[in-house]
Amino acid sequence: MLTSRPRWPALLFILGLALLLTALLRDLHFGNAPMQVGQAINGVAAHETGAANVVASVLLAYRGLDTLGELAILFAAATGAGLVLGIAFRNGNGEAQAKTNTEPPAGFILRKGADLMFPFLLILGAYVILHGHLTPGGGFQGGAILAAAFFVPQLARPSSPFNERTAHWVEALAGASFVLIGIAGLAGAGWFLAPLLGTGSVGELLSAGSIPLLQLAIGLKVGSELAGLMIALHGPKET
Amino acid sequence: MIMAWVALACVVTMLVAGVLVLTQRKLIGAIAAASVVSVALSVLLVVLRAPDVALAEAAVGAGLSSVLLALAVRRVGAVDSKEDT
Amino acid sequence: METLSTATELEWLGWTFYAGSAGLVLLGCYALFAARHALRLLLGLFLLESGVNLFLVAVGFRPDAAAPILVGEQAGSMVDPLPQALILTAIVIGVGVLALGLALAVRVAKEEGTLDLAELGRRLAATHTPATAEETLPQSGRTETP
Repeated sequence: MLTSRPRWPALLFILGLALLLTALLRDLHFGNAPMQVGQAINGVAAHETGAANVVASVLLAYRGLDTLGELAILFAAATGAGLVLGIAFRNGNGEAQAKTNTEPPAGFILRKGADLMFPFLLILGAYVILHGHLTPGGGFQGGAILAAAFFVPQLARPSSPFNERTAHWVEALAGASFVLIGIAGLAGAGWFLAPLLGTGSVGELLSAGSIPLLQLAIGLKVGSELAGLMIALHGPKET
Repeated sequence: MIMAWVALACVVTMLVAGVLVLTQRKLIGAIAAASVVSVALSVLLVVLRAPDVALAEAAVGAGLSSVLLALAVRRVGAVDSKEDT
Repeated sequence: METLSTATELEWLGWTFYAGSAGLVLLGCYALFAARHALRLLLGLFLLESGVNLFLVAVGFRPDAAAPILVGEQAGSMVDPLPQALILTAIVIGVGVLALGLALAVRVAKEEGTLDLAELGRRLAATHTPATAEETLPQSGRTETP
């Protein structure tokens, strides 16, 4: 239960907000919003970037700098969470305790299911990342799938080691390669994240210039970050 | 026409699950209801022809967020005895 | 592709989506106001965020338009891709914020032994002098005991 009894000031505020939202939404006609930038991008995106997925081309070509900023925010959040939780593992003298979880492994079904699912989750994550410019998907979604793939074995066998050093290296290299691709575009074509390598023909796997490379970088970075977050939160019970 | 009915059913499911998030006595039940909200939301996003966002919402919102919340509840669950966790 | 026959039907579909997103926003706001447990606060934030995401994607919808993915040499109109790209990043930022909040909550639970917001507010007030306690604790309305 949220509270044992209703909070009348909060309910009054909600009522007022509902009235305000109703008044605002009445004038916003569904289905023909007056937005023209999106329509303009829809017309030229395939020709300019070579990606069949217009959302991916907006995300990585037209608004690629925003995506870099978004990755920075995610990095800051993951670093903050690791900082806050990492201290919990140190005792009073400041030396790190053993991070290995001493809980017993999970039941038979979860262990075998985790073993069975791990390669398929890897393949699905790689597929979603690498086809991000052709089909729905991309670095963020595929990165989440990869993080799940690396976390499920941890859930099945809490004592199995997760190499956080490797995860940090993957994360750092992926983030750096995103910036390097952007700088290469700056050097080659004159602006940050300019498409490299030619657009190719729309609809083929090797097309859309540097967008698949950027998707791969984002996928690895997001995947290692989210996996690190889940590992950090997957600690012993605080009693 | 069938799209409109699917949307209506999903919105009703989503709002009922949203109320359940606030009224569930156990925190883990509230987290399950939040996951249901995300799944219904991702179906709504498919109806809105946003498959990219629907995939992200299903993988991140329904999957990872719920796992993170459940892990946190597992860690702090025994701490708070006054609130029903 | 499903097409919508009349303008009335489109209007009803629009109100369905608006009701869903506004309902989630209102539920999330209520949770933010009334929560007594820190994890309930984060759940409320999650609901609020979902409502805003649904609303922004719904704004970009157009009837008789396809998803913004080119298939072959299709030349039909597509829905607005900009809100979709915005929300795609917003979802991932949302999970980052949620994870940071959860990490802080776990840490607070370890240090203080409770996640009850009223109790935490009382302890925070007790560590300050009474003169400054009112300023540093704007949510002092929470300190009432039920």
